[in-house]
Amino acid sequence: MEYLWAFLVGGAFCAIGQLLIDLTAMTPARILVTYVVSGVVLGALGIYEPIVDFAGAGATVPLTGFGYNLAKGVRRAVTEDGLIGSLTGGLEACAGGITAAVVFALTAAVVFGRGDKTTGTVTNG
Amino acid sequence: MKLTESEYGKLAKRRSPNTKLYKTVPAAFLVGGLICCIGQAVLNMYKSLGIAEEQAGTLTSVSLVFLSAVLTGFGLYDKIAKHAGAGTLVPITGFANAVVSPAMEFKTEGYVLGVGAKIFIIAGPVIVYGLAASAVYGIILFAMQAA
Repeated sequence: MEYLWAFLVGGAFCAIGQLLIDLTAMTPARILVTYVVSGVVLGALGIYEPIVDFAGAGATVPLTGFGYNLAKGVRRAVTEDGLIGSLTGGLEACAGGITAAVVFALTAAVVFGRGDKTTGTVTNG
Repeated sequence: MKLTESEYGKLAKRRSPNTKLYKTVPAAFLVGGLICCIGQAVLNMYKSLGIAEEQAGTLTSVSLVFLSAVLTGFGLYDKIAKHAGAGTLVPITGFANAVVSPAMEFKTEGYVLGVGAKIFIIAGPVIVYGLAASAVYGIILFAMQAA
């Protein structure tokens, strides 16, 4: 059941993204920004937490989960440390994912990146 | 021929081939759902190793980012993305792809202003607005707790 809900909810997040791309001609970058900010807002309002409890990775893997994590981190930091937590909690909670992306990207550029002037394609550009 | 922006938009839309919703939306749903299932399997694996919930979540994100970086490196992620659309964009693997792709592509412009700067061409806006929204939430939360 766990996998079924992860599939259905995660799939639904992606289907909504596809509708936004096809119907509004939003660029992928705007979709990602919209998803993260929506995740923060839904997390702040306490709406996203029940979806995570219910759908697990179906809610945490889409980029709204990234936003939810930011909100969760800020909530904990503000509760523990006060106002300064609004500046520290977000990055603290997402540090692993962001640093991993940067380090792996750099590694991929060294290993796979072409040094010549042949152009590749940016899928999500 | 003079065209207003909305007229141009309509024309462009009619001409663009990829607006078959009955194909694109199910493909995005299927692939996106599958990526989330892989995430759930990875998460369960870490939890079964006795790793605490929160760290297991972080490890899952890191693992998916790694997987996406490898697939992007070999040019496979882009091949899947061609058919899956938002199904490969919306999951965290899509975020990772948006970091790895430009890093590889802009190696030609050097490691500092090529790789180093272009790594954030998509991730930058995501982090900027995500952090800004979370900071605003933090201030509101602090004000509510103080009241």
